[in-house]
Amino acid sequence: MHMHRLEKWWLVFGISMLAIFLLVLGTATFAMGVTPPGEHRHTVNPETVTQNEPFDKPGLRQVGDNEYEAVILAFVFGYSPDRIELPVGAKVNFVLTSTDVVHGFHIIGTNVNMMAVPGEVNHTSYTFKEPGEYLVLCNEYCGAAHEQMQMRIIVK
Amino acid sequence: MLTNGTPELQIDRKDSRLVLAHILFAFGALFLGGIAGLLQGLVRGGVVKLPAEIGYYQLLTAHGVLMALIFTTYFIIGFLISGVSKTTGGKLLPISRHLGWLGYGLMSTGTVVGTICILLNQATVLYTFYAPMKASPYFYIALALVVVGSWMSGFGMFYQFGYWKKLHKGKVTPLFAFMAVTTMLMWIVATLGVAAEVLLQLIPWSFGWVDTVNVMLSRTLFWFFGHPLVYFWLLPAYMCWYVVIPKIIGGKLFSDALARLAFILFLLFSIPVGFHHQLMEPGISPFWKFLQVILTFMVIVPSLMTAFSLFATFEQAGRALGAKGLFGWFRKMPWSDVRFFAPFAGMLTFIPAGAGGIINASNQMNAVVHNTLFITGHFHLTVATTVALTFFGVTYWLIPALTGRKLTARINKLGMIQTVVWLVGMFFMSGAMHTVGLLGSPRRTAYTTYENHPDAFLWMPYHVAMAIGGTILFIGILLLIVNIVLLFRAPRGQEEFPIAEANASAEAAPRLFERWGVLISLVVVLVLIAYMVPVLDMINNPVPGSKGFVTW
Ligand code: HEM
Ligand SMILES: [Cu+2]
Ligand SMILES: [Cu+2]
Repeated sequence: MHMHRLEKWWLVFGISMLAIFLLVLGTATFAMGVTPPGEHRHTVNPETVTQNEPFDKPGLRQVGDNEYEAVILAFVFGYSPDRIELPVGAKVNFVLTSTDVVHGFHIIGTNVNMMAVPGEVNHTSYTFKEPGEYLVLCNEYCGAAHEQMQMRIIVK
Repeated sequence: MLTNGTPELQIDRKDSRLVLAHILFAFGALFLGGIAGLLQGLVRGGVVKLPAEIGYYQLLTAHGVLMALIFTTYFIIGFLISGVSKTTGGKLLPISRHLGWLGYGLMSTGTVVGTICILLNQATVLYTFYAPMKASPYFYIALALVVVGSWMSGFGMFYQFGYWKKLHKGKVTPLFAFMAVTTMLMWIVATLGVAAEVLLQLIPWSFGWVDTVNVMLSRTLFWFFGHPLVYFWLLPAYMCWYVVIPKIIGGKLFSDALARLAFILFLLFSIPVGFHHQLMEPGISPFWKFLQVILTFMVIVPSLMTAFSLFATFEQAGRALGAKGLFGWFRKMPWSDVRFFAPFAGMLTFIPAGAGGIINASNQMNAVVHNTLFITGHFHLTVATTVALTFFGVTYWLIPALTGRKLTARINKLGMIQTVVWLVGMFFMSGAMHTVGLLGSPRRTAYTTYENHPDAFLWMPYHVAMAIGGTILFIGILLLIVNIVLLFRAPRGQEEFPIAEANASAEAAPRLFERWGVLISLVVVLVLIAYMVPVLDMINNPVPGSKGFVTW
């Protein structure tokens, strides 16, 4: 099959760019640990989740020097807790699940954007360097009052 | 070529009727979906409030189903059947035509039942129907009917193609028919995922025969289908670009063999990639996510080939018409011919649209845009502009070619205006969606100020721009409907069904390209590599099942 000389160059150029691009993505993912959320596989029963550790006591818990674990339950149409307060510079490890349908968890103005899937526990971390009142909203359709589903993170 | 005063049709009259039935159903869906879209834009912009009987999410379900599933599938099947008939002798075998009508009947029953469920508020689960939100079982049955119906039409095309090959042993198959078969094959493999989800998981659960559903498995099966779905929209547009456009601009195919290669690469690499829609989800390890991200980017190769081939076609045709220099061809293109202009506008839109798609699938960058209006802005460029404008451009010649009428200068002009209206509307709507999405505004969300949070307040001006753009787009749909009515009342005559020919010097495509057994095996191998381990894991170590919820 004949291929025009220019087309060959075009494809060689394109495929090399692609290879470099994937290399960067792959290095970031595996060598530098910039992975999407949810790497630890960890399941719970959505019907009994509120009776067991750690989701029986959702909320904030200090685990280190200005480091916290935030255990959060998503449900129609809200989060528990619906407000957390942190000092500036706090690193927070979020642990999230849903007791009913699929929900979202997007902290506006940050890269924290993950899904709460019933039966699965999702994790991510974020360091709050800027003070402010962060809006957290559900960005996965979950029912009639989905647009009301929100919480706040206060950093001071 | 008038015989007895009736103009000769481009394909058999019975085939024309089948194709027209599909095309008109498609535009009916576009019109209804457009009304829903207009209202969504106005609600989010804070311009109107819906009466209590209609929910925002009910409208959004209707919009998604009618636009993404019904408009596209009907148009595509109609267009592919027309081209298969045209390039395999101008007449379908009775069995192929009957399968086409059977498919039409099944899909239409499904569409009507599904729409009734949505109107009765029994299925406000959006067009992605994520479990464990539980719709009426009849909604899932309706979707299954649409899928199975589309298979029937696909089988009809395969049969027609196989028959042609038998009669023309050793000859290269018609390019359009080859592409149609590849597209339908990809579609059938992809829809196996959603069919399994609906038939094995959702219907038994929704009837109450089983109590719980494996949510991760259902999402994975859905996205096994969900991503190839976008290529199912795109490939027919490519068929217009590869096969129809060269003829309209007075040129020849750039390379028949490379065009086939591009389609085969799409067949192979559009399916094993669904995890890139689940990047933000727990339960799938980063290794499998990343593997599928790599496979996702493989479709860049045939996309680059397509881009090259299109511009090479333009240049060749331009030079044949006397153009000089690197960009001389530009002036030789038939800019005021809507059959060229509308698809060309679609192609240009695909440049920013494709760049946006690369962002979406880029593993980490996805976190910035996941489930924001950026995504909605993205696919209003891809499917609702690139694909839709190409389909509109096809409609302007296809309807007259099927009805024995002429695309008059006046309708052509109205078509040009309609294309520009669409582009302007989309510039505002999609532009606003992209920008406000980067600021965090979520998709699939009714009007809200999040208890007057200042961030949400900043989004408002963009939501108003979305409403304005949406209104302009709706005017574009109205104009299109007017144009279609005018086409049916245009003077009788003969309109060309443009199918480009290969260059005289073209070589035949390698035999391998028509070894369907080999191609299907390759698809299966790739799917197994990408999916087998994680899916078996989901089945063998299932997450605790979820019972159903009706939260609307
Ligand atoms: C009059 C023209 C149109 C208008 C005004 C319009 C408007 C909208 C708006 C405002 C949304 C977002 C709603 C939200 O996320 O809250 C939306 C979603 C969507 N639109 Fe359109 N649209 C139009 C045409 C189209 C076309 C032609 C297609 C496809 C062929 C399409 C496919 C979709 C899809 C698939 C969604 C996503 C539905 C979902 O998230 O469940 N739209 N549209
Ligand atoms: Cu929600
Ligand atoms: Cu995709």
